[in-house]
Amino acid sequence: MRKTESNKAWLLVLPVFLLVAFSAIIPLMTVVNYSVQDIFGPGEAYWVGTEWFKEMLRSEDLRGAFVRQVIFSATILVIQIPLGIAIALAMPAKGWAASLSLVLVALPLLIPWNVVGTIWQIFARGDIGLGGWFVNDMMGIGYNYTADSLHAWITVVVMDIWHWTPLVVLLCYAGLRAIPDAFYQAAAIDGAGRWKVFRYIQLPKLRGVLLIAVLLRFMDSFMIYTEPFVLTGGGPGTATTFLSQQLVKIALGQFDLGPAAAYSIIYFLIILAASFVFYNIMVRVGRGDRA
Amino acid sequence: MTTLELRSVNRLEGDELHLDDIRLSLESGRLYVLLGPTNAGKTSLLRVMAGLDRPSTGRVLIGGQDVTGRSVRRRNVAMVYQQFVNYPSFTVYDNIASPLRLKGLRRAEVDKKVRETAELLHIEPLLQRLPAELSGGQQQRCAIARALVKEAELLLLDEPLVNLDYKLREELRTELRALFERRSAIVVYATTEPMEALVMGGHAVVMGEGRVLQSGPTLEVYHRPSSARVAAVFSDPTMNMVDVNIRGGEARTPAGLVLPLGGELADLRQGRFRLGVRANHLSLRRRGAADIEIKGTVDLAEISGSETFVHFRHNNLDWVVQEAGVHPLARGAEASFYLDPAKLYFFGDTGALERAPSSLPLDSAA
Repeated sequence: MRKTESNKAWLLVLPVFLLVAFSAIIPLMTVVNYSVQDIFGPGEAYWVGTEWFKEMLRSEDLRGAFVRQVIFSATILVIQIPLGIAIALAMPAKGWAASLSLVLVALPLLIPWNVVGTIWQIFARGDIGLGGWFVNDMMGIGYNYTADSLHAWITVVVMDIWHWTPLVVLLCYAGLRAIPDAFYQAAAIDGAGRWKVFRYIQLPKLRGVLLIAVLLRFMDSFMIYTEPFVLTGGGPGTATTFLSQQLVKIALGQFDLGPAAAYSIIYFLIILAASFVFYNIMVRVGRGDRA
Repeated sequence: MTTLELRSVNRLEGDELHLDDIRLSLESGRLYVLLGPTNAGKTSLLRVMAGLDRPSTGRVLIGGQDVTGRSVRRRNVAMVYQQFVNYPSFTVYDNIASPLRLKGLRRAEVDKKVRETAELLHIEPLLQRLPAELSGGQQQRCAIARALVKEAELLLLDEPLVNLDYKLREELRTELRALFERRSAIVVYATTEPMEALVMGGHAVVMGEGRVLQSGPTLEVYHRPSSARVAAVFSDPTMNMVDVNIRGGEARTPAGLVLPLGGELADLRQGRFRLGVRANHLSLRRRGAADIEIKGTVDLAEISGSETFVHFRHNNLDWVVQEAGVHPLARGAEASFYLDPAKLYFFGDTGALERAPSSLPLDSAA
């Protein structure tokens, strides 16, 4: 049979192309536009090439924010993923207790992000906050997150764990419920203990949802803005200033749109590259274990 | 040579009775087919045999030793499930090797056994693959290999072929039967399909509502079902059942059908019976001079491969006739089918078998 060439198929792709163009490509192109020119006003743009990029890559502020960002994302991933799995394993599988625990666990996810920041801002205060008061007066630790950078860090990390571990829990819980009972029976017949059941049945079966959990948590934590902005405002000093806050400082605080645009593109590429690496590692990990 | 003995085993879950007074004695080197519809208690029974569940009352003995309270981890059992259960992150090789490694066998020995078993199940070329990279049939072969390699004294299979497509099922069924014949273990194979039970052979244990309805050599149970319930479970399509009243050498249905009873049926007692006829003992053609003609209306003619199942309606009675060959009969058509009086089952009021056809050739089983 002779196939007739038809280019009509392109017409079918067109709507998607337009949609993506308006939602992503065109906005991104404005950023690209700003990043390679120095724009003073309408009609007053000067081509600067890669100058803004060079400036940003040399910037101590950006490097500092980047290092803090990496430490932050790594910290919360290392804590939230195992903690999420552990909580999901401990949750009841059926009955009213299951519904109740699901609702309780999911509660933090329902709170608007700036409210989360406000809650913790008040909760962690030494004078009127329950948490701050408890640590200060009951445990006798001189805790003040507005003055001590370590305390500020711990507060931001604890807040993020409180806010986002439930997402990991929900994903893992769904993954665990999808494992047929026969797997557990087979493991019992093989004489496998609790740890082996976890290591060789539950963990491999959770691989898919964990991949999603790690990716989501990485991307979200790498772009974190609202909660630390409300809680610490990036301080004390620049102690909790992460990449997005640094960006806002340059773009809206100093109104340096050129450098900010270059910064945005670098930021975007970092997230893209890191997600790509994460995905590829996660897809390969845990295949072909040995007993 | 070991035996598995169940003494008056009951199992309650909540206030539901899943197993009701099970008494069975199983011997090694034999295949037992647990036949029964869904919810008959087959899986519950297998779980008690394996030691996954404890009986609520009653005792389980292996080789004369009471193992009722012994945990599954300390029993020598292997099990295959409906779902394809393999360790997802292990290759086929490591999956098959896992029970041997848990037993602490030497490497060379593990390797030898894994390869032998893989060869038996024709999955040698797949040893380095992961379960997720296999088809359903291959995954189940891997799971069966894992169960066989363990050389457990008790091998339990819970509807292992039910999730496979028809062709694969037939292929694996025949292979399994050959594999089991060479085993010295007690093999228990649960299925809902009468035809599967016949192909597997061995001993049949027919179950219904948590009770053992009948047990014995499979063909014998098939030919002489002890009750109407067993006959209904162990027949596909379900045996045709008609209430009749016998008086003066004739069986009358309430709808007015009259069947003359001659020959060996002449000495049947008078009174009410349930008459059973297998679908394959009814025919669209007259096969003998004694055949009784019944005229009916065609409800449906199902053509399945080389056979046709014709559903007839005759005076508010439904009959299913199984006939070799393709017979496209239109719905609503008037047609005759024939009943061989030498192939009738008579069940009494309580459902107990009173008379079975005496001269059934064994090869008419299908």
